[in-house]
Amino acid sequence: MKKFVNDVDLLLQESLQGLAAAHADLLELHLDPTFVTRKRAARKKVALISGGGAGHEPLHCGLIGQGMLDAACPGQVFTSPTPDQMLAAADSVDNGQGVLFIVKNYAGDVMNFQMAVEMMDRPCATVLVNDDVAVERSTHTTGRRGVAGTLVVEKLVGAAAEMGASLDQCKVLGDRVNSRTASMGVAFTSCTVPAAGRATFDIGEGEMEFGVGIHGEPGRRRDAVRPAQELVDELMAAILGDLKPAAGSEVLLHVNGFGGTPLIELYLLYHCATKVLAKEGVQVARSLVGNYTTALEMAGASLTVTVMDEEMKSLWDAPVHTAALRW
Amino acid sequence: MNTRDIVTAVHAVQAAIVANEAQIESLDRAIGDGDHFINIRRGCEAIVALKPDLLPVPPGEAFKKIGMKLLSTIGGASGPLIGSFFISMGKELEGIAEPDTKQFAAALAAGVDAIKTRGKADVGEKTMLDVLIPTSRLLLRLAGEGSDRGTLCAKLKQEAEENMLATRDMIATKGRAHFLGERALGHIDPGAKTSQVAVFAVCDMLTEGAAS
Repeated sequence: MKKFVNDVDLLLQESLQGLAAAHADLLELHLDPTFVTRKRAARKKVALISGGGAGHEPLHCGLIGQGMLDAACPGQVFTSPTPDQMLAAADSVDNGQGVLFIVKNYAGDVMNFQMAVEMMDRPCATVLVNDDVAVERSTHTTGRRGVAGTLVVEKLVGAAAEMGASLDQCKVLGDRVNSRTASMGVAFTSCTVPAAGRATFDIGEGEMEFGVGIHGEPGRRRDAVRPAQELVDELMAAILGDLKPAAGSEVLLHVNGFGGTPLIELYLLYHCATKVLAKEGVQVARSLVGNYTTALEMAGASLTVTVMDEEMKSLWDAPVHTAALRW
Repeated sequence: MNTRDIVTAVHAVQAAIVANEAQIESLDRAIGDGDHFINIRRGCEAIVALKPDLLPVPPGEAFKKIGMKLLSTIGGASGPLIGSFFISMGKELEGIAEPDTKQFAAALAAGVDAIKTRGKADVGEKTMLDVLIPTSRLLLRLAGEGSDRGTLCAKLKQEAEENMLATRDMIATKGRAHFLGERALGHIDPGAKTSQVAVFAVCDMLTEGAAS
């Protein structure tokens, strides 16, 4: 394993210190317990808090700021954060309008946020994101995983909260965006959790994990790598099969890199995906290409499609000012 | 059983977990996400460091402190599950200065119930519950029958081991391994392995304590 590390136990903290220093105008780091907030607290709005294991950067700490999150609670690499972090973050950013937790559907994240909600004595609600269509809900009782579509939920709900939407309205919007969002990905290589020191899974040269999760956990099957267009065709078939967009629908197309695939390939995937959508008579209204929901250094990418309406388009276009996303 | 026994047991479990690092890690790499050992070790270390806070309080309160500490240090899915386990054990033992075997067995059952509820899981789903549920039921029965400590511990160890090994042939429907479906067949569940290691450590500590 070759990684930039001093002491593996301090990796997360030192990285967060760097993030906070690099974006000192935007972010404030709190330690013991660990959470990151906006530098300038928002006035009178629903407080949006997300969190999850580290290793998916820039998700979630890089998405804190005007028009998106108020705070994020990072756990150790690929390990859910703990209820004390969520409670401290809520204490810090709730300004009387209530707290909305945005949680990726992973057992650990769900249970820890649930315990925080049980221990909290302020108005709060939770939006559970489960956009990954690779794992079927029928055979897996914990349901589908929450992956790159989380960014879309955070952006749209973030914009609505900034414009003064109530806690109930934010919760309803978040659930609606989630229900109209579907994702699926492919990995070519494994990733190495620094504290473990070895690759999370073994994969041969010329092999891919089809439907991989954002921790390198298995998807639908192990298979031989094929031309990009064929992979995109199959990913989009699964995504569109789930969303069933009407002909003429407008969508957001998000190509997300897992951390080890260069942008030249991500844009190629975007090109391939637009061809599939054009064939289906679906119009790409908005786009996002880049590494946003990563899995450390894993090579691979996911596609995310969100079926948009006029309100969602204007929320997507609303100003955002975070470390990783700004316009 | 008093708080000093609990602290000794915590040390024994920590040592046993570390001694089994290679096996637990390789099981988790095979069907988990590779961080189970690190998380459990971090939790054990935090509890060992908690010793000065534990010793002055009765067992019920000690278990609650252990649960709250684990909840804030382990993270992942294990944190809330193991945290809830100890917090529920603590509630069950509230106000009892030196719980006897029956009282301890009831507390253990309450703790295991908390894991079932929080994790929405039961036996046969290739998780730590496959070891904890039958072992805890056996303890309740043996405690009721008034078994001596040596017999009781030997039987508990056997029960834990058999049930740990049985997870090899299960298809996971809960826990990280469930993403693998049938691909997890043939692998022992790492959570079941860790539970068996913990049961062995506590039983060995209790029988060695009785012998000395």
